[in-house]
Amino acid sequence: MTLLLSDTIAAISTPLGEGGIGIVRVSGPAAFTVAERLFRGAAPASELPSHRPTLGRIVDPATNAPVDQVLLTLFRAPHSYTGEDTAEISGHGGIVVTRRVLELCVSHGARLARPGEFTERAFLNGKIDLAQAEAVIDTIRAKSQAGLRVAIGQLEGRLSDRLKTVRHHLLELMAHIEATIDFPDDVEEPVTGVTLGAIDAALEEIRRLLDTAEAGRVYREGIGVAIAGKPNVGKSSLMNALLRDARAIVTEVPGTTRDLLEESLTLGGIPLRLVDTAGLRATEDVVERIGVGRAKEALQDADLVLLVLDRSRPLDAEDRDAWATVRGKRLLVVLNQADLPPAWTPEDLNVHLDGFPPADALETSLSTGAGLPELEERIKATALGGGIEPAQVYVSNVRHRAALDAAAESLEEARATVTGGLPLDLVGNDVKAAAERLAEVTGESVTEDVITEIFQRFCVGK
Amino acid sequence: MTIPITSYSKSYDVIMVGAGHAGVEAALAAARMGCRTLLLTMNLDTIAHMPCNCSIGGPAKGHVVREIDAMGGEMGRAIDATLTHIRMLNTSKGPAVQALRAQADKNLYHLYMKHAVERQDRLDVKQSAVAALLVEDSRIFGIQTKSGIQYLGACVVMTTGTFLRGLTHMGEVQQSAGRAGEAPSVEASQSLENLGIRLGRLKTGTTARIDKKTVDFSKVETQESEPDVPPFSFLNDRVETPRPLLPAWLTHTNDETHQIIRGNLGRSAMYGGRIQGVGPRYCPSIEDKVVRFPEKDRHSVFLEQEGWDTVEMYVQGMSTSLPEEVQIAFLRTLPGLEEVEVMRPGYAVEYDFVPPDQLLPTLETKAVKGLYFAGQINGTSGYEEAAGQGIVAGINAALRIQDREPLVLSRSQSYIGVMIDDLVTKGVDDPYRLLTSRAEHRLLLRQDNADERLTPVGREIGLVDDARWELFHVKQELMKTEAHRLRQQIVRPTAEVQRLLSEMGADPMAKPLSLAELLRRSNLDYSLLSPLDPERPDLPAHVEEQVEIEIKYEGYIKRQE
Repeated sequence: MTLLLSDTIAAISTPLGEGGIGIVRVSGPAAFTVAERLFRGAAPASELPSHRPTLGRIVDPATNAPVDQVLLTLFRAPHSYTGEDTAEISGHGGIVVTRRVLELCVSHGARLARPGEFTERAFLNGKIDLAQAEAVIDTIRAKSQAGLRVAIGQLEGRLSDRLKTVRHHLLELMAHIEATIDFPDDVEEPVTGVTLGAIDAALEEIRRLLDTAEAGRVYREGIGVAIAGKPNVGKSSLMNALLRDARAIVTEVPGTTRDLLEESLTLGGIPLRLVDTAGLRATEDVVERIGVGRAKEALQDADLVLLVLDRSRPLDAEDRDAWATVRGKRLLVVLNQADLPPAWTPEDLNVHLDGFPPADALETSLSTGAGLPELEERIKATALGGGIEPAQVYVSNVRHRAALDAAAESLEEARATVTGGLPLDLVGNDVKAAAERLAEVTGESVTEDVITEIFQRFCVGK
Repeated sequence: MTIPITSYSKSYDVIMVGAGHAGVEAALAAARMGCRTLLLTMNLDTIAHMPCNCSIGGPAKGHVVREIDAMGGEMGRAIDATLTHIRMLNTSKGPAVQALRAQADKNLYHLYMKHAVERQDRLDVKQSAVAALLVEDSRIFGIQTKSGIQYLGACVVMTTGTFLRGLTHMGEVQQSAGRAGEAPSVEASQSLENLGIRLGRLKTGTTARIDKKTVDFSKVETQESEPDVPPFSFLNDRVETPRPLLPAWLTHTNDETHQIIRGNLGRSAMYGGRIQGVGPRYCPSIEDKVVRFPEKDRHSVFLEQEGWDTVEMYVQGMSTSLPEEVQIAFLRTLPGLEEVEVMRPGYAVEYDFVPPDQLLPTLETKAVKGLYFAGQINGTSGYEEAAGQGIVAGINAALRIQDREPLVLSRSQSYIGVMIDDLVTKGVDDPYRLLTSRAEHRLLLRQDNADERLTPVGREIGLVDDARWELFHVKQELMKTEAHRLRQQIVRPTAEVQRLLSEMGADPMAKPLSLAELLRRSNLDYSLLSPLDPERPDLPAHVEEQVEIEIKYEGYIKRQE
């Protein structure tokens, strides 16, 4: 069903600034009328073919004064992004000239679009579902190649397709339950095995999707990584090495880094917010003490902590303090200065640092670069929680994850209702709750779909 | 020819046009609320007529009957007084979807309702056909009949059913008729269009009626009534009928039936392309069933007697618009009907309806103040759906007259609220039937608690009289006391108790439990627990039922609140 939105909207669709081109997009029932009023080309705008750019001029109809030379492309409904008649005016991308074209559109039948309104219309007109609409935003804002891949996958409807499969199983089951309730003379009750089978199949698929949620979130939002350790173990050097840039000031003076230093980078497609912190130690220096306080806060907020220890100097109380500060966090231990004669062996860590897990230490030398690629791999693997196949469907949106969690919970309840021998009505309610949660992701409605399914699948009625 | 126009000497507050199931509830509600009310019908002998099957109730529909009754409406009492067959459906499928369904004696039901409106104070009942609505400045002030009389009234409720430009179809034969043999109303459709009200087109159908004397009952299954079920009305204690309850009978179609139907599809009014209206999905014609479900080798067919004093039987499941001789031919392929005589053939009817997105949730039109629509004219089907809208439209017309706040029932409060909300917000694509699956608060909208949900509403409005109010309070008080007792009374795991539990097939108790906790176990119920509950008071069945449901399913009910 195409929703008829009565008004026509217009906006500048390219970034504001001086660019190669500037595009004004007009969508709605009057889009072609607007274009016709402003466009002077070989033929009147409304007679131009769809999806083919035509050269011409935009003029101010009041004075017939030319405003810009443009390419006009018409997209006839429903074959456009919004599903409505759409005109795209590509002009020379100056700030003033593009704004002038937009003003003319607005004074000749369009109104200014709200942010996201073109996508909203695409959703309302059924061109994309809600998950796809959200993916549009994610695509635009993608922070890395991998994040973009996840968003594009969602935009192409891969997540929606997977959810539709689950939803379809649930709708089938619900239709059967509801049909036997509303038409007891016509439809037999489903047998318990069938009911449980359908619930379990749906539950399994939802769980598989939920398993991708952590990786999906990491790709979409990235993770915060904080570098910790006592002063002068090479934290800032590690930061610079990861950034491949001398961003942090590195000296031999302990306590050089006094405030947080935050940088963004992508590592294997994962956006990282990397924070170098002040060395953790007790100090009389007021400024450094504030820095240590901030460092501790940043460590608490981080998704992953890189604890740096110096292999070439004996472990001491400050190392133990640093370890105590970051204990319990998701952690990678970097044993730096591995190119110098070691002052201790990795096994000593277990003795000196209470509860230290030996396997998590990795030797590096920031002066030679040794161990750095391994460290980067480990950061990536730890961020993703391990074992994620690329090019799959990811649940990357927090809203989707919450909906899937709730759906799984409802299905668990449905399962308990069935096995507890409770009546079918109650099973139906739980399954419906699950289907509704799933439908929240794509923005569909359940009740009407179930009713349609009942009449398609079952021969009911007097 | 011009008819002289006269204005009737008496003026009314509310005028009902149509005396079907919506019209009578609307008229009774308005008159009982104190309005001077006029009920106009094209035929006094078809008041509350049942032109399709004589069944009232079923899932969601039975719930609506209880809701109408709880607010002080008539339908529940009418069906209790005139039923010939009754059953409780879905007893094992859960407390919220159990539903009563009864067969009425068609003629007695009509007479009961006719007399109910006749004896109602402040209500005049007249036979007359309406030609035009009288409207000035988007406000209605009365109607004009075909005979030229103007009746003045500040509110008008239109409940014209399938009569607006009604057109019946049987095979190749078409007739302008609201129902078989009854004149349609063409003027009223025009009058609505003149007011800028948009009309749509729907269709529905009915089955043949057959002669009971020509049925071989040795070849059909018998489905007995269940005399022990509770009645529809909260005012009645038990089902009491003047004569013994009747059974229903079940037979099936077969391959031969389907072949005859397939071979004559071109002669079906619908498949022949002569019908434009959209038919109901839940009540497909037998042509539809055979075409859409070719894999089904048989379809159930129920035979229902239309009353004690008639041999006419309704053939449920065989709605059709095929020519009469084809109907006879396929009916005679059914076991038991080999020699059957058809008394009236089935037919389809197309009619105008008012797409209900033009209505407010009070059922008043957005276009004309004081003009209300209820029933099939709004694109619904079913007597119960019509009556549910009728009572709401009647109440709101009366509230407008009295200058009071209108009544809008919510989706969490009633099936009537679900229906009206669906109608006015989503509109209608095919004839709308209530289903329990349309309600998102199904566990709250049970037939047992309809009084709790709506009797206080009816009282506030002025429809619930003192007798019903008193009865309601007694029931609530008994329930409260019993629920409290079940929660407080502790059963100790004595050897005797464990033995009783094991006899019931229940697990033994590990520690003392309240009766309420025991009741929540899936394999125990209120009646099974009675040996463990020596102090149990003697309570009416409907009190026991509701207390049991509310305790046993408490967790599930809370989840839907």
